[in-house]
Amino acid sequence: MPEPQYVGDAGAPEGAIAATGMGGAMDLATSEGETLEKGPDGPHGTGPSEKPRSLWSDAWLDLRRNPVFIISSLVILFLVVISIWPSLIASGNPLKCDLAHAQQGSSPGHPFGYDGQGCDVYTRTVYGARTSVTVGVCATLGVAILGSFLGGLAGFFGGAGDSVLSRITDVFFAIPVVLGGLVLLSVVTSSTVWPVIGFMVLLGWPQISRIARGSVITAKQNDYVQAARALGASNSRMMLRHIAPNAVAPVIVVATIALGTYIALEATLSYLGVGLKPPTVSWGIDISAASPYIRNAPHALLWPSGALAVTVLAFIMLGDAVRDALDPKLR
Amino acid sequence: MGRYVIRRLLQMIPVFIGATLLIFLMVNVMGDPIAGLCGDRQCDPATAAQLRKEFGLDKPVWQQYLTYMGNVFTGDFGTAFNGQKVTELMSTAFPVTIRLTIVAILFEIVIGITLGVVTGLRRGRPVDTGALVVTLVVISVPTFVTGLLLQLLLGVEWGWIKPSVSTEATFGELIVPGLVLASVSLAYVTRLTRTSIAENRRSDYVRTAVAKGLPRRRVITRHLLRNSLIPVVTFIGTDIGALMGGAIVTERIFNIHGVGYQLYQGILRQNTQTVVGFVTVLVLVFLVANLLVDLLYAVLDPRIRYA
Amino acid sequence: MRGATHARWAACAVAAALTATACGGGGDSGGGSGTGGASGVLSSSWGDPQNPLEPANTNEVQGGKVLDMIFRGLKRYDAKTGKANNMIAEKIETSDSQNFTITIKSGWKFSNGEAVTAKSFVDAWNYGASLKNNQKNAYFFGYIDGYDKAHPENGGKQTADTLSGLAVTGPNTFTVKLNQKFSTFPDTLGYAAFSPLPEAFFKDHSAWLSKPVGNGPYEIKSYTKGSQMSLRKWDAYSGTDKAQNGGVDLKVYTDNNTAYTDLLAGNLDLVDDVPAAQLGNVKSDLGGRYINTPAGIIQTLAFPFYDKAWDKPGMEKVRTGLSRAINREQITDTIFQKTRTPASDWTSPVLGTAGGFKEGLCGDACKYDPAEAKKLITEGGGFPGGQVKISYNADTGSHKQWVDAVCNSVNNVLGNDKACVGNPIGTFADFRNQITQSKMSGPFRAGWQMDYPLIQNFLQPLYYTNASSNDGKWSNKQFDQLVNQANAETDQAKAVGLFQQAEGVLRDNMGAIPLWYQNGSAGYSSSLSHVALSPFSLPVYNEIKVG
Repeated sequence: MPEPQYVGDAGAPEGAIAATGMGGAMDLATSEGETLEKGPDGPHGTGPSEKPRSLWSDAWLDLRRNPVFIISSLVILFLVVISIWPSLIASGNPLKCDLAHAQQGSSPGHPFGYDGQGCDVYTRTVYGARTSVTVGVCATLGVAILGSFLGGLAGFFGGAGDSVLSRITDVFFAIPVVLGGLVLLSVVTSSTVWPVIGFMVLLGWPQISRIARGSVITAKQNDYVQAARALGASNSRMMLRHIAPNAVAPVIVVATIALGTYIALEATLSYLGVGLKPPTVSWGIDISAASPYIRNAPHALLWPSGALAVTVLAFIMLGDAVRDALDPKLR
Repeated sequence: MGRYVIRRLLQMIPVFIGATLLIFLMVNVMGDPIAGLCGDRQCDPATAAQLRKEFGLDKPVWQQYLTYMGNVFTGDFGTAFNGQKVTELMSTAFPVTIRLTIVAILFEIVIGITLGVVTGLRRGRPVDTGALVVTLVVISVPTFVTGLLLQLLLGVEWGWIKPSVSTEATFGELIVPGLVLASVSLAYVTRLTRTSIAENRRSDYVRTAVAKGLPRRRVITRHLLRNSLIPVVTFIGTDIGALMGGAIVTERIFNIHGVGYQLYQGILRQNTQTVVGFVTVLVLVFLVANLLVDLLYAVLDPRIRYA
Repeated sequence: MRGATHARWAACAVAAALTATACGGGGDSGGGSGTGGASGVLSSSWGDPQNPLEPANTNEVQGGKVLDMIFRGLKRYDAKTGKANNMIAEKIETSDSQNFTITIKSGWKFSNGEAVTAKSFVDAWNYGASLKNNQKNAYFFGYIDGYDKAHPENGGKQTADTLSGLAVTGPNTFTVKLNQKFSTFPDTLGYAAFSPLPEAFFKDHSAWLSKPVGNGPYEIKSYTKGSQMSLRKWDAYSGTDKAQNGGVDLKVYTDNNTAYTDLLAGNLDLVDDVPAAQLGNVKSDLGGRYINTPAGIIQTLAFPFYDKAWDKPGMEKVRTGLSRAINREQITDTIFQKTRTPASDWTSPVLGTAGGFKEGLCGDACKYDPAEAKKLITEGGGFPGGQVKISYNADTGSHKQWVDAVCNSVNNVLGNDKACVGNPIGTFADFRNQITQSKMSGPFRAGWQMDYPLIQNFLQPLYYTNASSNDGKWSNKQFDQLVNQANAETDQAKAVGLFQQAEGVLRDNMGAIPLWYQNGSAGYSSSLSHVALSPFSLPVYNEIKVG
């Protein structure tokens, strides 16, 4: 490992975490991110006789045989389906609540019972999936796009721009996430999911940015990129054709894992009173509303928490499986 | 080495200024803090104006920031609305949170690394799968649910612990809150160590060491673990800052009067001085921890030299 | 291994969650030994006071708790009836309801040995009124002559440090001249802002602030800001209401749920703010060690009358309709477990009928009637924009629960699940900001805790044109006129009658929707007895017996 490179790159070590709950996931991939970039040249990249398989098709072959991947994909598929068509499995109205039923246990037609406001827990749990999946997916997309764009630019061009961007990354890194959420979201009046997503993107991008930067720098030094440069390829062509495909793997890995943590973060924000607002139905809102009633109506806490845990679990397992598949060393 | 440290310290300056400016702006977005001081009624305009002037809130934000930073460099972090010096708040809050963080980090190191080594050496065996499932579950349940459950079960139902932490906040009282605080990171440390160990196990130096006939214990501790710890150390190092600032939820549940509590109070009362002051210190902790981690690299991996 | 332990916890947690009873029936196991014992000191839940603990600067319950223990004023409100009795005052005389001569009892002392004199009061009041001291309760002195000079409004220059209406006429007498007739002025003097202050307060202010000194039954032994205050019985206390215990340790809690959990675990003796979510458990948790008594607190929904959409003619029907769409009985029973009583006027039962409380004054306008409610709202043109958003601060209290319940009630009445939604505002400060800056776009939570048990205090500050707490900016000439008349009236019964007429005006316009009267609720450990809450929902600490 070239020493100055290692030193100069890191204003702070790469796997920095901004706060509990959100940051953690990224760190897994960081250290491994360094190994991931070796993909195409790795020992498994090419077979002697067959057409050279790419990292991607290799990974895909691997994933198809991995039960963890299959199970988590099925869970996610199911979640996506009920997010789009919740009425498929829940006929009720999540906003129809009658105090007369408050905290009642399960009864025919209401398998999960009622919460403190007399709303049907089953219906709300099903309808809550949409919000949580939307928050998770949109926040992850936003973070991944913004982070890899900025990190990619910094890594590719280097120099003064890189230094400035890296310091800016550090600035955003240094702000604890839960704290930032409390401050920024406490003034939001909109009852949509967008402010929450926007906040996650605002404080989440540095993590992806660092990883993207690191992998672009490594990819840039590969022989084939140097060759392309010698042949006079333009910057944009080099970035898109040669560097991006090889640098994107670690980003994908981190993003899938991060997705789960964003969903959990939404719940924490609701617990602190700054998350989503009604009439939005979300697991976070329901979990935080049910948590004071933990002794009287634990079912109202159990179901949305369970749904949240399963969802987070599915995304983390998916990310894990993808990472294993993309990491030639671990095969 | 010396030059490297100096360069890093210099790089901290813009980051420090940027981060404090960012938090300053964020807190200012929350608006006028004076209105909240008068309970369920309107502050009389004359007193409100007077207070605004006294706290410098009538000046433009950039000017407030410059004044504030100027004061910070002379060690004056301002005064909270209840008339208390922010430095005074810090002197009571930080020791508590530092103790809590130490407990949490110890959990991470002892349990996390041990579990990580065990599972890393037995990849794919039942113990590995079991630990995997447990860590994933821990990661996926929000901290406040874990915290409330533990508090209710251990504190009230079974009476093993006191449900809240006293003002003294001794290490003993902080064990359960520390565990809750560490839980998510603990899971990550386990997984990180596991991956790292599994990766390095097959590396040449480990094979060489084994081939030389070194005892297994020595191979693991001297060679394998030492080299596998780099990413773990990175994580724990950066986690220090996050644990201290991120303890808002844990400190609230267990009624710990530390940094998280002060920050939460500060935000609820829109107490700019408190919030900015505490975050400033947290940013410093974060930056210094990062530097220390990078220096630790050299210790752990002799191939790394800082010019 | 630790991993296994972890797994077992998780499993137990899930098991407990699955079987409701495992968690639910806490039984009586909790209420513990307390921290009292022989020394007779009890521990009590507390919140960090928001402002410095000066009498004229404390406007919330938590700071008030301390002032109530370390200060005694001219008058003191009876812990049961709320009646203002003379404490330090020997007599308060007036012939015209505007000029008062106050004589104080001699022999009272501050706990630092200083004597309580007429000057102690006059200096304290001058300090409280003077703009430069930033006292948030300064407006309490607004009736005293010269207030406009010592505390000019709207950025005017302060031309006097003292109130010209106050004059010390002897060691134990002073006179007060008001700027208007105010017959019940003496009855307001039990409020903490009117407490006397020792010389030490002015001489070494910061030392006093870090350890306040007063003339009450307790003295402060130690004060760690933000976490704990230890108060101890002051043996040389001059009054008759001496402390019946050795002292009180006030412990700061961020979350009242944790305080309650601590009480169950025997880690705390007294919780005076039982969270709504635990109200269902208090019987099984505490048995008889739970009190639930009326307090001078009313919760209402205020409207933004500065918003044309809510102020135009016909909207009183919508406002009344909204009031009638709220099932108060069900909400107070289910959410609050009867610790609130459905409101039927704009005052509080603690006033008593002689004091002006009149049950049913609101009449049909406060009765739940889905059909009538729907009709009224439709007749009045419906909610502005088709939806009503009820704003509240999400950081304290159990506001979310009842706002959601109110909205569900309204939605069920109208058969539209989005007709009413709660609008949580992250922090109290921001909530107040939006109110002060007239930014509310729909009804919002308005709570009122009385300063002194007079009907005037429930009406004038809240609904008089431009009054200090008229958050909705409701304004009605007829109402103002009736209040003025009532204030000038020296006959109490007549004054109350006039105030009630004013309340009728408020009802006909539905200037604010009365929701419920709030009770004080407290739970305590088995080591305590004689626990009671005052009409101000403060525990009467000096009467509590430990052991």
